[in-house]
Order: sequence, then structure tokens, then C-alpha cells
Amino acid sequence: MDQFREAFREEAHELLAELETALLELEKDPGAADLIGRVFRAMHTLKGSSGMFGFDDINKLTHDIENVYDLVRGGKIPVTSPLIDMTLRACDEVKKMIEPREEGDAGPDLKAALAVSASFRTYLESSRAASVPDAARDQAGKQTDESNDTDKDKDRTMTYRISFRPAADIFLSGTNPVLLLNEVRDLGLCHIIAKTEQIPPLDEINPEACYTGWEILLTSEHDINAIRDVFIFVEDRCTLNIEEIPDDSGAEADKEDRKLGEILVERGDISGSDLRKILDSHKKIGEILVESGLVGAEKVEAALVEQIHTREVKQRKQVAETAASIRVPAEKLDRLVNMVGELVTVQSRLSQISTQRNDPLLIQVAEEVERLMAELRDNTMSIRMLPIGSTFSRFERLVRDLSAELGREVVLKTEGAETELDKTVIEKLNDPLVHLIRNCIDHGIEPPHIREAAGKPRQGTVLLAAEHSGAHVVITIRDDGAGLDGEAIRAKAIERGLIAPDTQLSEKDLYALILQPGFSTAKKVSSVSGRGVGMDVVKRGIETLQGTIEIVSEKGRGSSIILKLPLTLAIIDGLLVRIGDDYFIMPLAAIEECVELTEADIARAHGKCIAEIRGEIVPYLRLRDAFAFIGERPAIEQIVTTRINGSRVGFVVDQVVGGHQTVIKNLGRMCRDVHSVSGATILGDGTVALILDLPKIVQQAEQDEATNRKQRGY
Amino acid sequence: MSKVIMTVDDSASVRQMVSFTIRDAGYEVIEAVDGRDALSKVNGRTIHMVITDLNMPNLDGIGLIRELRTLPAFKFTPIIMLTTESQAEKKQDGKAAGATGWIIKPFKPEQLLAVIRKVIG
Repeated sequence: MDQFREAFREEAHELLAELETALLELEKDPGAADLIGRVFRAMHTLKGSSGMFGFDDINKLTHDIENVYDLVRGGKIPVTSPLIDMTLRACDEVKKMIEPREEGDAGPDLKAALAVSASFRTYLESSRAASVPDAARDQAGKQTDESNDTDKDKDRTMTYRISFRPAADIFLSGTNPVLLLNEVRDLGLCHIIAKTEQIPPLDEINPEACYTGWEILLTSEHDINAIRDVFIFVEDRCTLNIEEIPDDSGAEADKEDRKLGEILVERGDISGSDLRKILDSHKKIGEILVESGLVGAEKVEAALVEQIHTREVKQRKQVAETAASIRVPAEKLDRLVNMVGELVTVQSRLSQISTQRNDPLLIQVAEEVERLMAELRDNTMSIRMLPIGSTFSRFERLVRDLSAELGREVVLKTEGAETELDKTVIEKLNDPLVHLIRNCIDHGIEPPHIREAAGKPRQGTVLLAAEHSGAHVVITIRDDGAGLDGEAIRAKAIERGLIAPDTQLSEKDLYALILQPGFSTAKKVSSVSGRGVGMDVVKRGIETLQGTIEIVSEKGRGSSIILKLPLTLAIIDGLLVRIGDDYFIMPLAAIEECVELTEADIARAHGKCIAEIRGEIVPYLRLRDAFAFIGERPAIEQIVTTRINGSRVGFVVDQVVGGHQTVIKNLGRMCRDVHSVSGATILGDGTVALILDLPKIVQQAEQDEATNRKQRGY
Repeated sequence: MSKVIMTVDDSASVRQMVSFTIRDAGYEVIEAVDGRDALSKVNGRTIHMVITDLNMPNLDGIGLIRELRTLPAFKFTPIIMLTTESQAEKKQDGKAAGATGWIIKPFKPEQLLAVIRKVIG
């Protein structure tokens, strides 16, 4: 780079000498255009080469000067002796700046140069304000700083109609028109039509000549000059026509695409009266125009492409709007869901009948209906489903604000934001979740200094997690705070008269007391929580959603509040199983696999209800026993393995029949207290199958086991 | 294979600066000090583009362009001339002789590369 700089220095000295001479002459004859031109050119060259060889300070200074002289050259501001003085002073500064520097020399003091630079800018500002503001600035911008060209219209896109026909000998100048077209393509959304009507018959073709022209439709944020720049080298070797297509985003134009005829008239290919004549005959306008010889087929095609182009541009503009949603009353959706439910029942009857008839044609139709039904069902259901993440993100802000207000350091983590839940459930969940998160931060997470003393990180964590668990969604709010204080709860409950002083309570039941109305252990009432209404509201809210609340806590380690909500789906995918003569449905979501259970397997387990499945020991429950069925069990039973609350449990049934689209029917008030069954459904032949609540069955079995042990005196 | 660009200039600093820039961009470079030198170096080689100064001793840029265009191998080769603003009529001469385009001196490396991309893709 050093030898370049040396070359530049020599050049700069020459330029500065030339500049000085020109300036001094100009002072004597302020109006001489050729002198102004000389000053401008010298300044311009100086600016360019200083930039090229890394003299950025000079580049900046000369740029400011050039801006002023550009206006002088354009006759926008006069030459005055202060201006000449300033310019001469600038020359002196530049001279200092190009001097080679010794090792360790900090270089010339740039203050003077900066001052000169600033004075030119001020001069420019004041003269602009005084005389011709916008046009002059535009011109200055164009002349001196090409990169600014594109900045102006950044947000606005324009559509251009570019017609480009290179001269026949264009190739002889080493030009490849395809590269130019590619360059245009880079500017924006682009349609290019080749106009080939001038290509002669093969025996007349000169292979070195260019016969093709192009018609380009470009929608770009660049202005017309940027497009002209693409063709700058071929300007005089082609016919180039660039025009703006008027922006048609007006109200009327938005409704309708531009008519072909209008476009042709606008392009001057046909006249308005011709168009009207043709329009009266009511045929496809393009065809008629070509037939009548008014316009070539290619021109019509070009106009058609333009129509497509404008349509596409408009579509892009509208994408955001069309992606918007329709609001439908929830009631209509409910009706739709009900009808789909009825349809599913009818469809399963159809399937059953078709199998019985064994009519291949009927079976084919029935299978088709079954497939469509499944899709219809999923689609209908998904209309009501929303990912819970939309709610989660709202809590980020809540946590941030609350922790600041209460002097805690808390970070919110979320898991399973993609878990989908019925829209109404999500809406009703919002308030309970707000209360629970507030409680976590206010009661759970300790202030930073206490946390540090307890050997925990200063920053507390609140985890908000959602996951599907069978036919339920489990939402967990976990904090790593102090945990619930069982004794404090107990004392408070006694004080409030919620329990008698001698009441014996399990930990779980003790914690459940905080859900009682009027319960609050916080000594002070803060604005955030502590009025004892929060948890009560939470409980009621969750109960209206048919959900349950469970509280798990470990003193000093934090607590978890687990909300279990049913997916309020009217239809689920189920697995139809048979025990004895009765059919049952297991929600498919929780099921992992079905394997056989033989007498040999049972013998190997030495009387314990466990089976080895794929190398893992899986405990199982025999539903035949759980439901007290009478009669012999078959020699080969089947185990349906499920994942319930994180562990594998098998359910033994007589036979797995197969998948079944299950329309859930409520059992009614009479059976409200039946826990192992969550509903019923009607099978294709009209029989009723009960829907098993698998987690409840497991829970029940665990309780029975515990009671048995107690009774047996363990 | 990378494309070959010939740069013709009697000023060593400009030549170096051009070579440095285009070599850096991944092109192969052949340097020549004037038109005559350039013609002697093109013999039989594939050259994808020529960048030439206009004012040179022995054979100037316009002459070089004319000579190159008579060679079958250079009939369609992009030739870019380096001009200054004051050489408007020279620019016309150059175009008449068959130059593809021009770069106005002084220029920055990125401008040079933009023009190269424009003519050889």
C-alpha cells in the first residue's frame, strides 16, 4: 500500500497546485464557469483518490468542499471571497495531511481540518436555507454520493415498465445482455418477457447479431436512476425506455386487477376508441385484438404478463391482510363440533355394516368416508385449539414487573409452549395462572440475600410447564423458593377455624388448605398477594374447567402447583378393548403399545403383577379383576402399556379390538362419582362402551394397595 | 477455473491497485504496461476481460481496443476502459472502438469489482 500512497502524494501535490491557481483566478473572475469546473474537478479527483488510498480524513474534508462547489457549479450559490478563503485554507490543511509520517508521529493536528470541514457544512446549510432547498440537495446527493441514491425511497416500492432493445451489434462491444437482465432481477420483483418478433428466418440469421428485445416489469424500492445505471454502458447502443407504472393502490384498483385493454391503451399499443369498439363484441379481448390485426400476439402477451405482475405485487402487499383471521361465534363452533360427533357415530355404523355385508364396493366407500371423517374431525377440533404459548409470553412481563416491585430476582422459564388447548380453556386459565405466578414470586421466591445465605443462586426460577398427559393437559408452576411451611399453614388454619386443633392431616391435605377461602399466611398484606382471595379464585377457576389442583412442596427447595385440565374435546382417538362381553375405550394418547400376556409370562412373574416388556419391568393391572368381572380369563390376554404420570403401567384386557374414533358422551349426574370412567361412547352397532380414566384407575389401585398393607399390618 | 482479467496501465501504482483488488476477488490477472505489451501477451491465451487505461505510450487504450476487436478471440470479450471525467470525447472514441464500458478514475476497489461483475457475471 505504501507505494500507492507515494503515488497519490505526488498526484495530490499537482492537484493542489492546480486548485490554488484556479481558485486565485476565480477570485478575480467569480463568474467564470470553466474555472469553477476546474476547481470542482480537482476537488473531485482529490476526493476520489484519497478515498482509494486510505486518506479518509482528506476524503471527508474534500467531500464537504465538493458539496459546496457542486452548488456553485450549478449556479445555485455565488462565488464569494469568504468561500475562496475557506477553500484555500482547506488546501493548506490537505497539504499537511498528505505529508508522510515518521514512526511515532501522531500526525497533524486534525482540529484545524475539522473546523474547515465544519465551516463548509455550515456554509452549505445556510446557502441551502437561503436559496433553493430540495432540488439542489437532491442534485448534490446524486453527484457526490451515489450510495445515497437508494436511501431516499427505501420504504416505497415503484413498478417500472422497462423496454430494452439492444442494437444488433451489441455483442461486438463485448456486452452480454443476459448479465444486464440478471442485474435488473437483483433490484426487485421482476418479470421479463423476451420479444422475439424481429428474429429473421434461419437462413437470414447473422449469428453475431442480437435480434431480441426485452420487456421488463420491475417492482423495486430503487429509483429510476438505479435502473438506468444498470444499462449505463449500453445507453447509446440500445433503445431503452423506462417508465413508472402509476401506483394503483387506490381504493378502486385494489378491488380489481387492471384490465388488459386499459394496459394496452396506456402502453400506447392501441387507442381508446379501438378498445371500445372491440369491447362491444364481448369476446376475450386479447384474442379479438390479435384477430383484428390491431396489435401483435406478442404485445398482448406482454400486457398479460404485466397484468400478472401487478397482480403479484398487489398480492404481496395483501399477504399480511389475508393471513388475518375470521371471527366466528364460539356457539357456531360448538354446533359444528356436535355435528361432527354425530357424523363420527354414523360413520362407525357404516363401517361396521359394510364389514358385515362384505360388499367390496360398500367397503371401499366406507373406508373413504372413514378417512375423510378423521380429517374432518381433526380439523374441526383444531379450529378451537390454540398453543398455550400465547398465554405464557404474557407472563414474562408480569414476572419482570413483579420481581422488580418486590425486590426479587426471578427468571421465568417455560416448557411446552406448543401444547395445544381449547381456546376457551386457555382464556379461563389466564387469571388463575396470574394468581399462581404472583404467589410464587411473593411467597415462594426469597429475597436475594436470603437465597444467598441459604446457598441458592441469587436469581430464583419460576418454571411454567405444560404437557399433554393422556386426555389431559398438565400445567405445572414450579418455583425454587422456600416451599410451603406446613406448620404455619396448620397454625393459621386452626386460627381461622378451618380445622380443629387436633385434626390429623396428610401433607397433601394440609397444603390443600391454602386453597380455602380466607386463607393467607403472609404476615403483611402486599399489593401483590396476601389478601387470601388469590388461591380461592384459582381453585374456583380451575374447577369450572373440570380441572384439579395438586400442591407439592419441599421446605427450602420450592413448591409445585400442578393443574390438571381435561382437554375438553368432544371426540378423541381411542383404543377399543374387550373384557368379557363388554367393550371399553382407552384414550389413545396415553397408550404406548399392546403386547400379549401368556400363562407362561404370568408364571415367570411368581404371582406378582409385573411383566417384562422390551427389557423393562412393567407393573400391570388386570382390568378384569379391577372391575370384578365374573368368568374365566382367556389363555392369552393382552397388555396395553401406557405412560401415566411419567411411569409405565400396563392394563390387561381380554382383547384389543382396534382404534376407534370416540365421541365422548357424558355419563350424566347419576354417575358423577364414578371415578374410573370418564364418559361413554356409542359403538357402530349401538352398544355403549365406557371410556376409562386410566390415571384414576392407577390412583385407585395405589390407594387400595396402601389400605391393604395397613390392614395386613405392614 | 477462475476467470482471467488483463489489466493494462502505464502507471505502476494503478496497475498494482487493480491487480491487487481483482486477484483478491479470486480472478487471475495478467498485467501489461501499455497497448503493445498487452497485444504481445494475449497471444493464444484465453482472457475473459480486459481493463485498460487510455493514455499510454507506444499504443494507447483506443488503439489497443481497436486491435483487440480485430482478433477473433476478442470479438466479444468485455473491454473496460479507465477514463477521467475530462475525457468525455475519449470515452466516445473508446466506445466507437468497441469498448464495453468504462470506469471513471479515481475509483474504489468495490466500484471496480461491481463493474467486473456487471460485464462478466
